[in-house]
Amino acid sequence: MAAAAFYDLEGTLVKTNLVHTLGFYARNQQGIFRSLKKSAATMMSLPLFAVTDAYSRKVFNDLFFKRYKGETEDRLRFFAEELFQNILKPAIYPGAIELIDKSRRLGLRQVVVTGALDFSVKPLMDFLGIKDYAANHLEFVNGVATGRLLPPVLAAATKASWIRTFAEREGLSLSDSYAYTDSMSDLPMLSVVGHPAAANPDMRLRQTALHHDWPILDLR
Amino acid sequence: MSLQLRRKTHESVVYIDSDSAPRIMPSGEDFILEDLPIGTRVLYPNPPIKGLPNREAAIRYALNHPHETEPLYAQLYPGMKVTIAIDDISLPLPPMATPDIRQTVLEIVLDLLAANGVDDVHIIIANSLHRKLTGWEMKRMVGQKIFDEFYPDRYYNHDAEWEDGMTVLGETRHKEPLRLNRRCVESDLLIYCNINFVPMDGGHKSVAVGLCDYESLRVHHEPQTIRDSDSYMDPARSELNHKVERLGKLVDEHMNVFHIETAINNRMYKGDMDFLLKNEDNFSAFDRMKFEAMRYTMGKLPRAARRKLLHSRPSQYELTACHAGKTEAVHKKIIEKNFQQYLIPLKGQCDILITGIPDISPYNVYSILNPLLVQVMALGYHFNFYRNRPLLKKGGVLILQHPCYDEFDHAQHPSYIEFFNRLLPETRDAFTLREKYEREFANNPSYVEMYRRGNAYHGAHPFFMWYWGENGRQHVGKVIAAGAENAHVPAMLGWERADNLTEAIAMARSYMGRSAEITMLHQPMIGIADME
Repeated sequence: MAAAAFYDLEGTLVKTNLVHTLGFYARNQQGIFRSLKKSAATMMSLPLFAVTDAYSRKVFNDLFFKRYKGETEDRLRFFAEELFQNILKPAIYPGAIELIDKSRRLGLRQVVVTGALDFSVKPLMDFLGIKDYAANHLEFVNGVATGRLLPPVLAAATKASWIRTFAEREGLSLSDSYAYTDSMSDLPMLSVVGHPAAANPDMRLRQTALHHDWPILDLR
Repeated sequence: MSLQLRRKTHESVVYIDSDSAPRIMPSGEDFILEDLPIGTRVLYPNPPIKGLPNREAAIRYALNHPHETEPLYAQLYPGMKVTIAIDDISLPLPPMATPDIRQTVLEIVLDLLAANGVDDVHIIIANSLHRKLTGWEMKRMVGQKIFDEFYPDRYYNHDAEWEDGMTVLGETRHKEPLRLNRRCVESDLLIYCNINFVPMDGGHKSVAVGLCDYESLRVHHEPQTIRDSDSYMDPARSELNHKVERLGKLVDEHMNVFHIETAINNRMYKGDMDFLLKNEDNFSAFDRMKFEAMRYTMGKLPRAARRKLLHSRPSQYELTACHAGKTEAVHKKIIEKNFQQYLIPLKGQCDILITGIPDISPYNVYSILNPLLVQVMALGYHFNFYRNRPLLKKGGVLILQHPCYDEFDHAQHPSYIEFFNRLLPETRDAFTLREKYEREFANNPSYVEMYRRGNAYHGAHPFFMWYWGENGRQHVGKVIAAGAENAHVPAMLGWERADNLTEAIAMARSYMGRSAEITMLHQPMIGIADME
């Protein structure tokens, strides 16, 4: 039976996180004053993001994506390529390329499941040659972002349920599949596959991986 | 009785008498004192051969008077591409006091290369599927000066999983494939610098195994080859060695290899720990004091600290021979020297073989001796230290002394954990394990990445460790783990357990009879029983 390798993206395959993407868009506003104002607001929100992320990924998402409110869809999509070239591409971990390459040679389907936004990750997926990926989608009304995510919001348990559904639909064996993530919040994603691994893990995930005897990778 | 028991057949063979002192035995990170039954034969390491007084001179002489080839200086010309491969930290054990022999050889060879205008030089650690060395270990091995000059661009570990870094050399007439490190193959000259720690090391194994990939290795690192090796410490009767020699001939057809081999004596410790290599009957008051002081200190420390302390004690081996030139001619000379140091002539097999398992193995340098490594030390290394026929009778009992704790190093031995917990409960049959699971582990992308980017042994390595114990496993009737602190580890490995050595001996005698012949290997020892 066919199997897959499921990857979280930010912190796992690339060293950037959601805040880097937000920071990039904040710096690229219409006019210097707007860019400064948005960048300052993003900077000041960092402690809040850190606290809420540690508390709950859902609360974090609710707060975080509000920062996109008022952004126009065409602008976000227009800058996605530049975001990839300037921010994401240099941030790809060297080990990530090797890991994907090895998994691909084994015949595993390559699947990225990320909480990042679809338009921001598409150029990266094209670069890595990954056709199957699931990302979050911003809600747009009349071409303007509302600051809310369209359901299902990919985070924690929903990543795991998305993987289950995907595997069922594509006829993949989860017990023969692999999953890689850097964050404790993705524990459910690791729990549904037969070969979980912690990649560049945070302290909590490292302890959990040690406890469960999962491999701990350093792709940096 | 006493007179008969005290007969001296060889200085390394001692018989226990009614007034004999208790023997010191390693048990993991501990050293224990055990009274052995009267009549037990105890094998000690041979006294160390005197080291060469000037090792630099010996190395220079070897380079200038090589076997079956031109001297090294005569093979060098400006602009040529040279690669120097060296053994990894798995030998000698424990890691030697600095300067390491490899450092001395490298300093001389690099000077020679520079003097002849050779500047395209890389130094590669021939770690094969062993773990890659850390920067600190690499520095310790070659010294600060070479490290600063070459690391990391021109001094690095071999990577058997780097597709672009490997190239196919061909296959033997037995269809055994060989894929080697590209840089080494494409060099005008490959200089291999080896330390021949045991007779299994060196020779064609250095290049054909140390610099190959998984597919090349699995041809000879497999259960049938090990079963057909009697023993793998005796090159003439080792199927493993025969296969490696075939691959070596392929190497010689395609590559220009200048082999530098060194032999060392067996002076594992000196000074404060030299009593570990002595006959306890001959202990001075100072020896006893040193042992008690060590035992007291170790007793106060947690296991991790005891391990750290033991691993921080460098060995004191001395160079006893250095030869250079064509691989086979050089290796023949060095093997002779090895046997001169290690052979202990013996008559008569034993019914019960006792061995303490110290926290020293080629695979746990600065790490934990996990259950699979305990297995490989007992049924692999200690069992195979013989020539002609095994020290233990067929169907005899092997008693090993070790706590058998269920501990693994997640960074160095990640695939061992899965092997032990997932595979061994299903089967202990080496052939089934190889056919069903070896490739899965070898190709597991997580294990591959941990090998490539971390300091982990290759995913397939625990399988090789299991095969390594195969001829021991087939030969012995029972294995009893004395002092095992849990029941599940011995059970998982297919062994019985006993609380202590006395109980283990009683159990073994119940199988082998009251008059069973008992032999103990006095560990830590490197010695080969030369059976009549």
